Amino acid sequence: MKADPAGVLTGAHYLDGDFACGEGAMAAGCRFVAGYPITPSTEVVERIARRFPTMGGSFIQMEDELASMAAVVGASWTGTKSMTVTSGPGFSLMMENIGLAAMMETPCVVVNVQRGGPSTGLPTMVGQADMMQARWGSHGDYEVIALSPQSPQEAFDLTVEAFNLSETYRVPVMFMMDECVGHMTERVVIPEPDEIEVVPRRVTEKSKEDYLPYRLNGHLVPDFARAGDGYRFHTTGLTHDERGYPLMSAECQEACVHRLVEKILGAAGEIEHVEEEATDDAEIVVISYGITSRVAQLAIEMARERGIATGSLRLVVVWPFPERRISELAGRVGGLVVPELNYGQISLEVERIAAGRCPVWHIGHGGGTVHDPETILETILEAARAAA
Amino acid sequence: MNPDLVRDPLPMPEHPVTPYLRMERIPHVWCPGCGIGTVVKCFATALERTGVDLEKVSVCSGIGCSGRTAGYLRLDGFHTTHGRAIPFATGLKLGRPELLVTVVSGDGDLVGIGGNHFIHAARRNLDLLVILINNFIYGMTGGQNAPTTPLTARSSTMPFGNFEPPFNLPHLAASSGAPYVARWTCLHIRRLTWAIEEAIGRKGFRFIEVIAPCPTLYSRLNKLGTGLNGMRFYHDNAEIRHGADTRDVAIGFQEPILCGKFVDEERPTFSELMDSHYGEVLGDEYVAMPPEGGFLHE
Repeated sequence: MKADPAGVLTGAHYLDGDFACGEGAMAAGCRFVAGYPITPSTEVVERIARRFPTMGGSFIQMEDELASMAAVVGASWTGTKSMTVTSGPGFSLMMENIGLAAMMETPCVVVNVQRGGPSTGLPTMVGQADMMQARWGSHGDYEVIALSPQSPQEAFDLTVEAFNLSETYRVPVMFMMDECVGHMTERVVIPEPDEIEVVPRRVTEKSKEDYLPYRLNGHLVPDFARAGDGYRFHTTGLTHDERGYPLMSAECQEACVHRLVEKILGAAGEIEHVEEEATDDAEIVVISYGITSRVAQLAIEMARERGIATGSLRLVVVWPFPERRISELAGRVGGLVVPELNYGQISLEVERIAAGRCPVWHIGHGGGTVHDPETILETILEAARAAA
Repeated sequence: MNPDLVRDPLPMPEHPVTPYLRMERIPHVWCPGCGIGTVVKCFATALERTGVDLEKVSVCSGIGCSGRTAGYLRLDGFHTTHGRAIPFATGLKLGRPELLVTVVSGDGDLVGIGGNHFIHAARRNLDLLVILINNFIYGMTGGQNAPTTPLTARSSTMPFGNFEPPFNLPHLAASSGAPYVARWTCLHIRRLTWAIEEAIGRKGFRFIEVIAPCPTLYSRLNKLGTGLNGMRFYHDNAEIRHGADTRDVAIGFQEPILCGKFVDEERPTFSELMDSHYGEVLGDEYVAMPPEGGFLHE
């Protein structure tokens, strides 16, 4: 369906990534946001707090991030699209109820404007060290979807996409911004409402008598019923059967949890989103995401000037990981270069997929600033020499 | 056997609260003599008496013995994470304002790990009915000390007796801003039912503490006998004092338990304040969340 015009601020704007993310959420139909202030993400909810009262949205500043995430899961069960926004320390606190959202299969979006860590770290400065936490941060086995925008325009566009994916797969979607993208101000074009495709909450068509909250109906994502529509269903964070009732057995655990993983990994082909440039005849391919992809672009151009056939693969969707595509590249390129603002997270995933078929060069530091393009260039040149 | 003693089984009428329960989940997990089932019965009876539209009632629980309550009531039921039933319920209420959102959970859950949420929900006067079943101990995990364990009472983590001062829960709720505060025990089934019934008709953060026996752990560790002994203790030691100053209702080990309705005032709720404030400052531009929620129809 098309976006609700009430939430769409059509036009060309000069916005930072945080504001653009907030606009994306409102355009996507988000009408409940719970948050707790944390740098460098707070501007997202400040934008929403100012705009929600004119579009029937409800914003509440909760007492902490534990509560924010719990409220988002609760609100989503009413069918109202829901989101919370945070940065590293708050992301850690949200892990408990991100696990609940995954287990109850609750659509929602969690924005993490990444800063340097660990702990309180660098509140006002950039980092990309929460990428593995986005995937593995809550205990137990589950899969999420994670996106990483590289510009304020993408902060808008991909926030809409994040909501659409969360609705389609009934899964918490991690929106992994970083401080640079969040605080970078650029031109952002917001389309007309009828040019924005949004996925509405798909509620069950079954009768109250026939409905069971976790019975499958032809695909791995079960039918949703809203609280208050008379289905009088039960849901729990415990391992549960198709009635949503706790059932403590290895068999039920396998049926319940394996599906949480499979509904995402099995659909990876549809969810994956990478942006490639000149990878067809590349000798070296740079794999990057978020703000680092923009720095890497400079290094790639400099390497080409020096005669190195350098391609770029940008992860727009980071999780699920584009395993097949990276595996194809690893089988024929001379090296994969992975710059990121951490000491090795996505690069490990690339190494796992490359499985020794080509060298993987990680370029990382602990955050606080972006890379020097020259540093990335040096590694590209070194990788090219090693491949020769 | 003497044939005179063989009789047809007596006809079994359906229990009056059966329609409110998920009978397919019975037997429940609670121990013989536990007080939680009594609270469930009183809650269901109160729902029946008020005649509220059950399709619009949600019940949220956290983790622990009392946290299993949401799983047995035939309502939209949410068995959430430990301590987070109140913020989860906050999302439900704000996401679909027409719902009657209730929270039934235990002392460790709501005021131990969830204490911060409890005081803030009371401060905001969120439109939630919170029933806290207080058995003075962590039951599900095996009898550990709770923020409600009376001084000197034994628990598995205070094997020589508790030396931490416990919360006085009605006072905590009242001083945080709750407009309705009551306490009953599992013995007071009629008064508890009336209180729940009355609280359903009120608005804002309504808090009812129910003192419940835990024969398996609290009573055993403290040599207090069975659930029946617990009820006998309530019979002999519970004193009804409506309107008591909540500063005076703290509970000591095996000391009298003051019960009653302590606070019943009218205060604007979070949603009322939001509506009136935005209506005032934004005028016609203000669009409130629709009662049925921010749901995008096709």
